[in-house]
Amino acid sequence: MRYHPHTPEDVRAMLETIGAKSISDLHASIPEPLRLSRPLDLPPALDEIALLAELRRLAARNDTRHPPFAGAGAYPHHVPPAVDQLLLRGEFFTAYTPYQPEVSQGTLQALFEWQTFICLLTSLEVANASMYDGASAAAEAALLAGRVTGRRKVVVSAAVHPEYRKVLATYLRSTDDAIITVPFGPDGRTDLDALARAVDGDTACVLVGYPNFLGVVDALPEAAALARKAGALTIAVTAEAVALGLLAPPGALGADVAVGSAQSFGNPLTFGGPAPGFFAAREAHLRQLPGRIAGETVDRHGRRGFVLTLSTREQHIRREKATSNICTNAGLCALAATIHLSLLGRRGLDQLARLNHARLQLLRDALGRAGFAPVFSGPVFNEQAFDVGDAEAAVAKLARRGIVAGAPLARWYPDRPWAKGALLCCATELHSPELIELFARALRD
Amino acid sequence: MANPTGWKPTMNPGVDAPKAPEAAGAPAPTGLGGATRGLVHEEKLVFEQGSPGRCGVSLPRPERGLDPALPAALLRGDGLAGLPELSELEVVRHFTHLSTWNHGIDTGFYPLGSCTMKYNPKSSEAVARLPGFADLHPLAPAELCQGALELMYGLERALSEIAGMDATTLTPAAGAQGELCGLMLIRAYHTARGNPRKKVLIPDTAHGTNPATSALNGYAVVQLASGPDGRLHPEAVAAAMDEDVAAIMITNPNTLGVFERHVAEIAEIVHAKGGLVYGDGANMNALLGVARPGDMGFDVMQYNLHKTFATPHGGGGPGSGPVAVKKVLEPFLPLPVVVKDGTEYRLVTDPAERPATIGKLREFWGNFAMFVRAWALVREWGPEGARATGELAVLNASYLRARLREAYHLPYETESLHEVVFDDRNQKAAGVVTMDVAKRLIDHGFHPPTIYFPLVVQGALMIEPTETESKETLDAFAEAMLAIAEEARRDPDALHAAPVRPFRARLDETRAARRPVLRWRPG
Repeated sequence: MRYHPHTPEDVRAMLETIGAKSISDLHASIPEPLRLSRPLDLPPALDEIALLAELRRLAARNDTRHPPFAGAGAYPHHVPPAVDQLLLRGEFFTAYTPYQPEVSQGTLQALFEWQTFICLLTSLEVANASMYDGASAAAEAALLAGRVTGRRKVVVSAAVHPEYRKVLATYLRSTDDAIITVPFGPDGRTDLDALARAVDGDTACVLVGYPNFLGVVDALPEAAALARKAGALTIAVTAEAVALGLLAPPGALGADVAVGSAQSFGNPLTFGGPAPGFFAAREAHLRQLPGRIAGETVDRHGRRGFVLTLSTREQHIRREKATSNICTNAGLCALAATIHLSLLGRRGLDQLARLNHARLQLLRDALGRAGFAPVFSGPVFNEQAFDVGDAEAAVAKLARRGIVAGAPLARWYPDRPWAKGALLCCATELHSPELIELFARALRD
Repeated sequence: MANPTGWKPTMNPGVDAPKAPEAAGAPAPTGLGGATRGLVHEEKLVFEQGSPGRCGVSLPRPERGLDPALPAALLRGDGLAGLPELSELEVVRHFTHLSTWNHGIDTGFYPLGSCTMKYNPKSSEAVARLPGFADLHPLAPAELCQGALELMYGLERALSEIAGMDATTLTPAAGAQGELCGLMLIRAYHTARGNPRKKVLIPDTAHGTNPATSALNGYAVVQLASGPDGRLHPEAVAAAMDEDVAAIMITNPNTLGVFERHVAEIAEIVHAKGGLVYGDGANMNALLGVARPGDMGFDVMQYNLHKTFATPHGGGGPGSGPVAVKKVLEPFLPLPVVVKDGTEYRLVTDPAERPATIGKLREFWGNFAMFVRAWALVREWGPEGARATGELAVLNASYLRARLREAYHLPYETESLHEVVFDDRNQKAAGVVTMDVAKRLIDHGFHPPTIYFPLVVQGALMIEPTETESKETLDAFAEAMLAIAEEARRDPDALHAAPVRPFRARLDETRAARRPVLRWRPG
């Protein structure tokens, strides 16, 4: 096969050097009863032409002709072709964790730039080299807060992404930490009275979505003030990072930690993964950060260079005392985001964020004309829930036209009186005014 | 001009390579890996480049202004100060320059032990980018994503078969999260029987993620010493095994590349006291098509698709860490699982359908784009290709072991499989240590092996060539290793200055940790 370069002559010569008679002799250290005596039951091998045909057949069974109107943590955005072409440079693509800095300066400088972008977007002082995704980043942030405060109560807004909350629950399952969920009000913002009652001297942290899962720009400054008064950390959770191009950065509103997904920058949807999780914090918490961190230094001749640093926090040094078990993260996805952010720059990101916000307003107007009103009254960025009567029926109806209509909120909030009709929809630069009109009509008809 | 180093570039004779200041007095790298000096660009940070007013994207103008409902206090006040302003070409050159400072598998041999740096097929990249996969939203209704679900279903079954297990979850984002998932399953299993238990047994050869994962799961770690042959012995397990032990975590072959031949007996000892056996599948490449963890007594193991199944390592991920389990653990698997009802596929996401599930480990369904690549490789392999992969991976490692064992010391004589671990004992008398050997390999044009791991070997050099490397490449690497051993005898001091050929010389890691500079700051 094309990935196996060995000729029969190579194999013969190599076996002779090794001093073995046959290839199967090389597995002699595996006791006979433990060896597999039959071929694996796998589908038969395909040549490249047949392979591409088979994968195209599978891809064609997915209908992606229209950009989805569902966001809910995975956002359809334009990825400039330059991003993918740079990403595909084999030196980036086929390198691993930069353990040997002298031959990994490209990856290391790019990660340093990623960390800088995340710090600038969040207005926090330090960031790591990426996490698996936004959800596990949120869970790791809660674990950090537990280590920093020595407290065991995690308070989370019900408007934080439900998938993130589920992952948080999974990560805390084997600890004694309690998770208290605080409701949100009719404006889709965290209920501050309920939050004030929930936060006390045992609280390690408060998690607030920004924007939250309902698309609403939540009451982060007020929540952070409550948390601070109780000595708890505030964790801002952002699934749609483009919002940070327009909204006040979480660090400026009192967040101590900002986590989320940067999928919206440079990473396609690909059915929800992979995507780069980001993790930023105040400098005081640096030694408690999970995962890899790139840092600046100099080489023997005093020239600037970069290395992985502060690794005494990590599993390969500290083993069971490490801040996290994370090893491989989402480096390539972070690189894609870094390239996209570099292309966007100051003006491009501002324009992209304003464009997303404009498209949401077009969507709201179009849906309003079709008779569908917003469910929550709070301010939004590029995503909003609309009352469409029966959200599941609407999704099924539009699926017949090849359109992913949105996320029916009853799947995550089944018992709420407003839930049945609530369809969460996003609008981005990919949703042209014409497509938005078509969508509104399709939803109405 | 006289060349004081005596070194001549081998790839482009006739070109007098520019001499870096640090190369003066340095000994002669052989160029065996094909490395010579090329055109290397200094490159500032992206934040230090560009000019106000430039932009590298083309977007329509916003059709509306800001929604008055957005309070001014929640808007950015800094105008995104600090973000760069560059044209598209400036950005392209920036990242192209950065890429040239990296060594990847596409550049050359990358024998990083335990990381399985095999060739990443280009056809996998082509298929992962098909719009039907790349543009698919995770919440697409089932009728719009049947192809994705069929692919996941097929991959789950193939991974179960290759591991000799009954079911597989694709969800975990990387190997370490796969370990986390595996131990959560074990904890859920014991909890369902009334007692989660307290301890996990881990041999001293294990990856650092194993103890870190156990701790994250609330388990105390009991470290087991491996025997003089580098293997874990049943007596050591029996002595530590009691009814507080939830599980043992075994990597097989272990990080010395040595097959744990007592694994079946060990599994019996653990099972007899009600414990479970976890397999760290990081080294699965050695066993493909030859032996299956499920047939050896393992109850659960994680894969690393970026290792065994050639999905790109990407400078540190994304990984993908599917977990394969025996029937007893299946009810606890995280959500979602893919099921086939008649001819239709669907995702089970509602815990009501799987009441014993440990829940969710990450958002949505897993690193799907990695599933596409892994499935493409499985389909191209077929049963014969999978087995040939396992066999040739071992052939290549055994060959390097045979070629290097005279010059480098083998801390364990025990036969090894897909990787081999040497140490620096033969070089130490001359003052040369593993770090020097590793850095000099860079001068020869090779990525160094994994060094100083496993921890049971002082000064370890852990070499994993993988099956995709040719005999010529292995020979060139062996020649370079032998040249370094010779240099260590002849001129040991010169080795401390290595590497001299890359764009940066040895970097000051102590300074980086003492005075952390972790980001660029404006002004």
